[in-house]
Amino acid sequence: MFAYYLDLALRSLKRNKALTGLMILTIGFGVAASMTTWSVFRAVSGDPIPWKSSKLYVPQIDAWGPTVQKNNPDPEKGPPDALTYGDAVGLMRDHRGKLQSAMYMLSPSVVPAKVGEHPFNTMGHAVFSEFFPMVDVPFKYGSGWSAADDESRAQVAVISSKVNRRVFGGGDSVGKTINIDGHDYRVVGVMGEWNPQPRFYDVVNTGGFLSQDEGVLLPFNTTIAADMSNDGNTNCSEAPKETGFVGLQRSSCIWIEYMVQLDSAADAQRFKDYLEGFARQRYPGWAPNVRLRGLMAWLDHEHVVPPDTRISLYVALGLLLVCLVNTAGLLLAKFLRRSSEIGVRRALGASRREIYTQFLIEAGMVGLAGGALGLLLTWLGIVGVGWVLPRDIADLARLDVSLFATTLAVAIVATMLAGLYPTMRAAAVQPAWQLKSN
Amino acid sequence: MTLHPILAALKKHKAGVTLITLQIALTLAIVCNAVFIIGQRVDRINRPSGIDENNLFLVTQSWVGAPTGDDEGSIDKLDSMQQADVATLRNLPDVESAIAVNTLPLVNSTWSTGISLKPDQQRSTAQAALYFGTEQMVPTLGLKLVAGRNFTSAEIGHMGFRGHNKPPVIIVTKALGDKLFPKGDALGKTVYIDRNPTTIVGIVERMQVPSVNSWANSWFWNSVLIPTRLDAGFSRYAVRAKPGRLDAAMREAPKALYASNPMRVIETGAKFEDKSVHSFAEIRRYAYRADRGMAVLMGVICLILLCVTGAGIVGLTSFWVGQRRKQIGIRRALGATQVDILRYFQTENLMIAGVGVVLGAILAVGLNLWLMKQFQMDRMSITYVLVGVVVLLVLGQGAVFAPARRASKVSPVEATRSV
Repeated sequence: MFAYYLDLALRSLKRNKALTGLMILTIGFGVAASMTTWSVFRAVSGDPIPWKSSKLYVPQIDAWGPTVQKNNPDPEKGPPDALTYGDAVGLMRDHRGKLQSAMYMLSPSVVPAKVGEHPFNTMGHAVFSEFFPMVDVPFKYGSGWSAADDESRAQVAVISSKVNRRVFGGGDSVGKTINIDGHDYRVVGVMGEWNPQPRFYDVVNTGGFLSQDEGVLLPFNTTIAADMSNDGNTNCSEAPKETGFVGLQRSSCIWIEYMVQLDSAADAQRFKDYLEGFARQRYPGWAPNVRLRGLMAWLDHEHVVPPDTRISLYVALGLLLVCLVNTAGLLLAKFLRRSSEIGVRRALGASRREIYTQFLIEAGMVGLAGGALGLLLTWLGIVGVGWVLPRDIADLARLDVSLFATTLAVAIVATMLAGLYPTMRAAAVQPAWQLKSN
Repeated sequence: MTLHPILAALKKHKAGVTLITLQIALTLAIVCNAVFIIGQRVDRINRPSGIDENNLFLVTQSWVGAPTGDDEGSIDKLDSMQQADVATLRNLPDVESAIAVNTLPLVNSTWSTGISLKPDQQRSTAQAALYFGTEQMVPTLGLKLVAGRNFTSAEIGHMGFRGHNKPPVIIVTKALGDKLFPKGDALGKTVYIDRNPTTIVGIVERMQVPSVNSWANSWFWNSVLIPTRLDAGFSRYAVRAKPGRLDAAMREAPKALYASNPMRVIETGAKFEDKSVHSFAEIRRYAYRADRGMAVLMGVICLILLCVTGAGIVGLTSFWVGQRRKQIGIRRALGATQVDILRYFQTENLMIAGVGVVLGAILAVGLNLWLMKQFQMDRMSITYVLVGVVVLLVLGQGAVFAPARRASKVSPVEATRSV
C-alpha cells in the first residue's frame, strides 16, 4: 500500500509542478536558515568539557566592598568576575579543593632556536601544576610539572604542538630549552591538539572564543617572580597605591582567574562555607559576598553565547514558522481541490485512516525534497557564514552527521506538521456530497 | 462594488484565509524588527571615528626581553627605545608623520577611568577612555581642535605602563566636556583623574573611544588626550603615509624597525589576528565585522521572508482562481467587466492583507518589547512599522496581480461549461 501511496503522491506533485516547487523551496530555505544559525548557536553554547563540567567551579569574592558595589550599574552582577592577587594566592595556599589553579593570561614572545628567524608572539597562561589534571590537558609528549616545581619556581614550560613545530620543527622536545620573553625554560610537556571552545577556564579574558590556541603554559609562581606581566584585563576600583607589577599584586585590582574541582555537591557546599569564612577573614569591613558557580552556570553568567547568535537563531526560527504556515496554506488548497478524488476513493471503500496515510505521505515527500534542498543550502550557509560572522565564532560551525540528520528530520517533521490540518480536512470530506455535486 | 460577496466567498475558505493572514502578520513582525536591527548596525558602522583615517596605519610590536618598566632606569630605557622607533618610522621616505600611541579608536584595547569634578567624589561624573601621546597626536591623527590649544612640547612627560597618571593638562572631546560641564564652558576648568587635578586646555570636536563593545556604549564619545608617553615592553605606532604611498609605507615599516633592532616581534601572518601592521581601513572592517555580519544575515532573512510570503500569496490566489473559474464565468456572463474581476481579487487581497498587517503591527511592537527585555535592545521607532505595513500591502497587491489578471481573462463561455 505504501508504494501505491508514494506513486499517488508523486503523480499529484507532478500535476502542479510550480506549486510543488514553491513548497519545496519554501521548506528548503526555512530549514536552511534555521539550521545554519542553529549550527552556530550549538557551537557557541555547547559544553566544552562534558565529562567533567559538573565538577568544575569558579569562586568569586567581593574584594571591593558595598560602597563600590553600590555604584555598580548592575547590582545583580554580584562580586567581580576575577580575584585579586592576594585572594587567589590565599585560596591556593589553603588548598581546599580536590584540584585547583589560579591563573592569568600571558602574551609572551618566543625566540626560535634557529638564527636569523624573527621572534614571534604567542598566547598562554600562568597556571599551577593541578591545572593539567583538572581540565584534562592532552599531552603528546611528556606531562605537566609537579607541585614541587610550583614551590621551587622551576623554569619549566608546557608548549603547544604548534609552538613545538615552529621552534623545534616538531618531534619529542621534552628536555629541550626554549627562550620565552628572554628567559630560558625547560620543556616538560608538549600538548596534543587542544583548543577548547569556549575557552572555559578563562572566559573573562578570552571572551570565550579564540582562534588562537594556547601556545605556552608556565608555572604561576615562576612568572610572578620573573615579572611577566598580565596580558588579560585588569579592573581597579581605585588606582594602585604603588607602581609597577609589585604594586598591582598588592592592590585591590582584580586580574586573576581561578578554577577549582569539587567532586560532589557536599564538597561544593563545604567549599562555599570555607569561601565565606575566607572572605570574612580577609575583608572584616563588610559581610562576606561570595559566589561559587558551576562551570555551565558560570559560562551563562559571563554571557559567553553572544546575544547576536541568540537573536539570529530566534529570527531564523521565526522564518521557519512563516515557511510552515505558508506550506500549510498551500497544502490545504492543494488537498481540498482534490475533494472529488477523495470522494471517489472513500466511496470505493478507502477508510479515513487510509486517506490520512496517503496525504501525510504526500506531505512527507514534500518535506523530504525540502530537506534535501535545505541540506544543500545549509551547507552553503555554513560556508557563507564565515564571510558574514566573526571568524572566531563562524569557524566553529560545522556540518556533521548530527546536523545532517537534524536538518532532514526537522524538514520532514515540520512539513508533516504543516500537512496535518490540511490532511484532517481532506479526510473529513463527505463522499456522498462530493459524488452528488459532480 | 460592495464588499459583501467578497466576505461571503472568504467565509468558504476560512482556514486558508486564516493561514495567509497569519503569515502576513508574522512576516511583518519579523521584517520590521530585522530591518530595525539592520538600521541600528548601519548607524553604528557609520559613526565617524573623529580621526582622519586616510593613509593611516598602525604598527603594534613588542620587544623581546625588554626591561620590566617598573623602576626609573628601565622606564627611561624603554622610553628611548620607543623614541628611536618613532624616529626610524619618521625617516621612511613614504611616511609623512609617526607617533607612539597607547591605542586608537576601534582598536578595542581600552584604558578607561572615571573623571570627577571634585577630588573625593564617591562616584565619578563621567567615564572616559585615555589616549596617551605627545603634542604630535592632534596633527598626526587629524583631530579637529574646536577650542583652546594643543599641548606644548614642554608639557609632555613619560611614565611606566603601571605608573601613576598625573597629567597637568588634558585635551577632551566636546562630548566629554559637555557631559562634565553642561553649560559648555569646559575649557580652562579643573577636573580630577584618580584624585589628581588637571586642567582642560583644549577641546577636540570628536574622537571615539577604542572599544566598540556594548559596555562602552554609554560613553562612546568620551575621550581624553594625556600629554604623556607611555613606556612598556610593547608599543603601538600610528603612522600616516604620504598620499597614495600607504602600501609601500606598510611594507617598509616592519623592515626598518627590524633593521634598527631585531629583538622584537612584529607578526606578519595573513589573518587580521596574526599580523601586527594594519591599515586603518582593516581595523575598521575588523572592529565592525560582527555588526556587518548581523546586518547581512538579517537582510538575507528579510529577503527570504518577503519572497516566501509573496510566492505564497501568488500560489494561494492562483488556486482560488482555478477553483472559481465557473463562478467568474457566470459573473462575466452577467455583465461584469474584466476590470471588475481584477478589482475583486485585488480587494480580496487588500482585505486579507489589511487584517494581517494590523495583527502584524501589534506583533512587531510586542516582539520589539520582548527583544528590549531580553537583549537590552532599543525601542523601535513606529516608522519602521508604518513602512513595513506599506511594503507588505504593496507586496500583496503585486503578488495578487498575475493570478487576478488571469482570472479577469476567464471567458464568459466558462459559465456554460461543466467542470
